[in-house]
Amino acid sequence: MSPLSRPAVGLIALAALAALIAWDAARTGLPDPFRAPPALALGSGAAPTGAHCTAN
Amino acid sequence: MTLRRIGLALIALAVVAGGALAAGPRAGLLLALGIGFGLVLEGLRFGFAGPWRLMLVERDARGLLAQLLAIALFAAVAFPLLAANPLELAPAHAPIGVGMVLGAFVFGAAMQVVMGCGSGTLVNAGSGNLIGLAALAGFVGGAFLGTLHADFWASLGRLPLMSAQSLDGATGGLGLTLASLAVVAAVALVRAAPGKRRPPARLIWAGLLLAALASVHLAVAGQSWGIVYGLGLWGAKLAAAAGADLSANAFWAMPVNAARLDASILTDVTSLTDIGLILGAFLVMRGRAQPGAPSAPLALQGWLGVIVAGLVLGYSSRMALGCNVGAYFSGIATGSLHGWAWFAAAFAGSALGLRLRPFVLVAPRRGVAA
Repeated sequence: MSPLSRPAVGLIALAALAALIAWDAARTGLPDPFRAPPALALGSGAAPTGAHCTAN
Repeated sequence: MTLRRIGLALIALAVVAGGALAAGPRAGLLLALGIGFGLVLEGLRFGFAGPWRLMLVERDARGLLAQLLAIALFAAVAFPLLAANPLELAPAHAPIGVGMVLGAFVFGAAMQVVMGCGSGTLVNAGSGNLIGLAALAGFVGGAFLGTLHADFWASLGRLPLMSAQSLDGATGGLGLTLASLAVVAAVALVRAAPGKRRPPARLIWAGLLLAALASVHLAVAGQSWGIVYGLGLWGAKLAAAAGADLSANAFWAMPVNAARLDASILTDVTSLTDIGLILGAFLVMRGRAQPGAPSAPLALQGWLGVIVAGLVLGYSSRMALGCNVGAYFSGIATGSLHGWAWFAAAFAGSALGLRLRPFVLVAPRRGVAA
């Protein structure tokens, strides 16, 4: 069996991502862009709220 | 070819604009940064697992030296930024522990088996490597499973949180970090074979660009570049949708993680950069005149081995409190001593992984050998 070409595999990866985003949006709803954090954390005066892999 | 590349650039712009419209300007910037990471890693063929293999097998220090350069440059920016803005920016600090060191060792072994680290697995999947895509599926599952046992691995014993800053302040800590990186570079140079000491311009540029992107990421996100959290979150969301109750789990009951679980992945920092990274790698692959040969076929046993190795990669990255990006690259560059422990343990694990690789990636009997 010949393996899939690289473009085909790359498209499968992107399609899986798109499906994940769409499924998640259907489940949790899209975020409210008017309540989004400022573009830059630096200078915002706000503490970072994101999660990171080093935190446990 | 030019038209195709223009089209690919427009796709990238559309994704960034779509992310910004859907989730705000920071989401758009993080997607753009992720795409930038993917462009640099795939476009300039900068990796983590590969250079470690070359250092161990061929005494080729060039890729490792480029990594150290990138970490040093990012540290030179991150230390003063973190010191001047302690309320807005967070370092990638974590404690050294038994589970953490064991996890880093296992991660180092697994990343040599699938020839992909945290970032490398995303790059491989995006650039059309079927082995990378299979490993990514395992990685997502493993990173999620690792969160379920995070409290157990933490309970095995940990040192107090230590950082270069806590040892010698911001300026002294930066000096300590740069000096330590120089020592590792000197050891690599001494161990390297003749002609394998000077990184090519491609890797120097990649190191410069990665450091620049990581610095901008710190300013945009308020935290350092990471990979693993987002993948574990995707696995957790899928598990929750399948009926798993994560509310009683120590990791997912933490407010910061519970909030991520209930929110869109477009609000999660590492999810956004992970998505961008995969897209960036895809764009590079499609922008080439020749996209490259497909990955070599494997026997069923080989595919199972890749998925299991991806699972182990994901699980151990949670044990280790980060992968080659969150712990090694960002950890060391922002002063975390656990980044150094991660480096030592994962490098030792890589030596084991290289021996295991032929037993996992089994080619079909009549297939084309890798």
